[in-house]
Amino acid sequence: MKAVYPDSRGRYGEFGGKFVPETIMFALEDLEKGFKEAIENPGFMEELQHELTDYSGRPTPLTYAGKLSRRVGGASIYLKREDLNHTGAHKINNAIGQALLAKRMDKKKIIAETGAGQHGVAAATAASRYGLECKVYMGEEDIRRQALNVFRMKLLGAEVIPVSSGTKTLKDATNEAIRQWVASVDDTFYMIGSAVGPHPYPKIVKEFQSVIGYEAKAQFAQIKDGRMPDKVVACVGGGSNAIGMFSAFVEEDVSLVGVEAGGKGLLTGLHAATMANGTAGVIHGSMTYLLQSQDGQIQEPYSISAGLDYPGVGPEHAFLKSTERVRYENITDHEALEALNLLCREEGILCALESAHAVAQALKEASSMKSGENIIVCLSGRGDKDVHTLFEKQKEDAAHGE
Amino acid sequence: MGNRIKEFQQKKSPLFVPFITAGDPSPDITVDLAIALQKAGADALELGIPYSDPLADGPVIQRASKRALENDMTLEKAMVLVSDMRGAGLTIPVIIFTYYNLLLQLGEQKFFELAAQHEIDGLLVPDMPFEESKDLQASCSDHDLSLISLAAPTTSEGRLKEIGESSQGFLYCISSLGVTGARTSFASGIDRFLNDARAASSVPVLIGFGLSSREQMQQFEEKCDGFIVGSTIVSKIEELGPDLLREDKQREALQTFSDFLAALVPLKVYS
Repeated sequence: MKAVYPDSRGRYGEFGGKFVPETIMFALEDLEKGFKEAIENPGFMEELQHELTDYSGRPTPLTYAGKLSRRVGGASIYLKREDLNHTGAHKINNAIGQALLAKRMDKKKIIAETGAGQHGVAAATAASRYGLECKVYMGEEDIRRQALNVFRMKLLGAEVIPVSSGTKTLKDATNEAIRQWVASVDDTFYMIGSAVGPHPYPKIVKEFQSVIGYEAKAQFAQIKDGRMPDKVVACVGGGSNAIGMFSAFVEEDVSLVGVEAGGKGLLTGLHAATMANGTAGVIHGSMTYLLQSQDGQIQEPYSISAGLDYPGVGPEHAFLKSTERVRYENITDHEALEALNLLCREEGILCALESAHAVAQALKEASSMKSGENIIVCLSGRGDKDVHTLFEKQKEDAAHGE
Repeated sequence: MGNRIKEFQQKKSPLFVPFITAGDPSPDITVDLAIALQKAGADALELGIPYSDPLADGPVIQRASKRALENDMTLEKAMVLVSDMRGAGLTIPVIIFTYYNLLLQLGEQKFFELAAQHEIDGLLVPDMPFEESKDLQASCSDHDLSLISLAAPTTSEGRLKEIGESSQGFLYCISSLGVTGARTSFASGIDRFLNDARAASSVPVLIGFGLSSREQMQQFEEKCDGFIVGSTIVSKIEELGPDLLREDKQREALQTFSDFLAALVPLKVYS
């Protein structure tokens, strides 16, 4: 019989688990129970489906990128359009799911961590919709870099709490959110933003993101007479859009490719390629691959895309790498920017910098595949949030005479 | 379990276990501070290993971690430092307080070798709950080390029983929800929690998190076997840090530290 993951200890092989202070163990147990009851309850699933449809605008389309495909030659490229979700990215799928779960578990307050602010905005949005009080922890450095998203969260009624510990970025915001959860665990729901953290979070986030994969699979089958794509590509930071997308294909004969941020190149040390360069360890309550020093101090990653800028990765991805079910590649800032530009010019779609990493990898894959073969790329979000970064980058490059 | 821990368990209550961060303000001064703590009446020492992401710790210990990391402190170096403490006359048990990732990267085998070599008595891993710790607990027993378990006010009755039954050295009861750091109020139902913990455990039950004065400790004296005090002491070390590092002021600063401890350490009850 095939083993079921995660096991009862929340392990995916050697990865996952619950490495947290004793004080929040009861909350993880509660959450596990609450989650199980919710997804087995037809009423809950119906409400979730209803909200995804009527509020977030699902199903998102599967778009054939014909011009782009012809330009690279080889396989045909299809885009799963998570960028067309309410709030502009896949993050809302999880935020709606967890907010409804919080409500069902009778919690009135939610806390969330955010790096670039996408999950923060999604959490604030869902909190507003379902009448929950929302606090978002965000590193001071990220608050400075992402002023507009901070403003959006505040508009939505959330409180944004600056985090000044450590390197003042996502990993520290996550530490601080966990610390605050420990302090207020009796009445607060921690809404984690990616498929990371202690069990059962990776499982919960995957469940709420699996809609990406199931929709894509059904949509592709419908236009291709019940066939499967040959390959599915998604970007991986913590890995929530990828795990949601892969979930529908992992048991099928479809090759799966996860794409990490190669930053300025692996040799420079400035990257977020956890799978390529990381080693096994514990971060944010979970055993997984992470970027760390030889003694075990966690290192700060780098990527032009704030959403991929995370020193760990979801434990199920670590497992899928160890079993070689998924191939993980990395794409540099430069390659991602080129892909973003190409997608703009060929298809009129401005995608998020995160998603551009997946697009760049898909272009490489497609050109070495046969005509008649098909790739689905998860276009995890739209690029409006990145316009400022792109603008600055262009000015910088012009100044350097590139 | 080693002899130093056995002696510790038989000492008069209340037992007093201070926490300091290895390498703060410098590795050498950590040795002096340990000796000062023993002189002031410490029954065991919790030696904290600095970590980049200490998610169970409040701002005071986070800052101490940062200072110690700037001094290049590591788990291995901290363990070696214990030999220096022994050389300087430290006889009380030393318990290494480390986040799991540091232990994992050093390797358990290497950890046990170093522990034996440097006369270390116990281990506490704040981000390793009971369920994850069974294997480690067994290997600690094999190497005569005590793995200190933690229980929280939120720990369910069933778990508390299991944790209590398997606890080694002493049982660390967390006084309140939240991270380490001084505080003025404790979890409601704390008395009952301590009672249940004592009933469940065959080793001394100590309370920690947020204790910052002798008076505060006195209110729990009847309900537990001792106290763990961290942030208050680490905060004093932070304040004295610059002077502790200056040769001309060091003696005076160590004296100030000892005076501070004399007013903090609970008096032994003679009954």
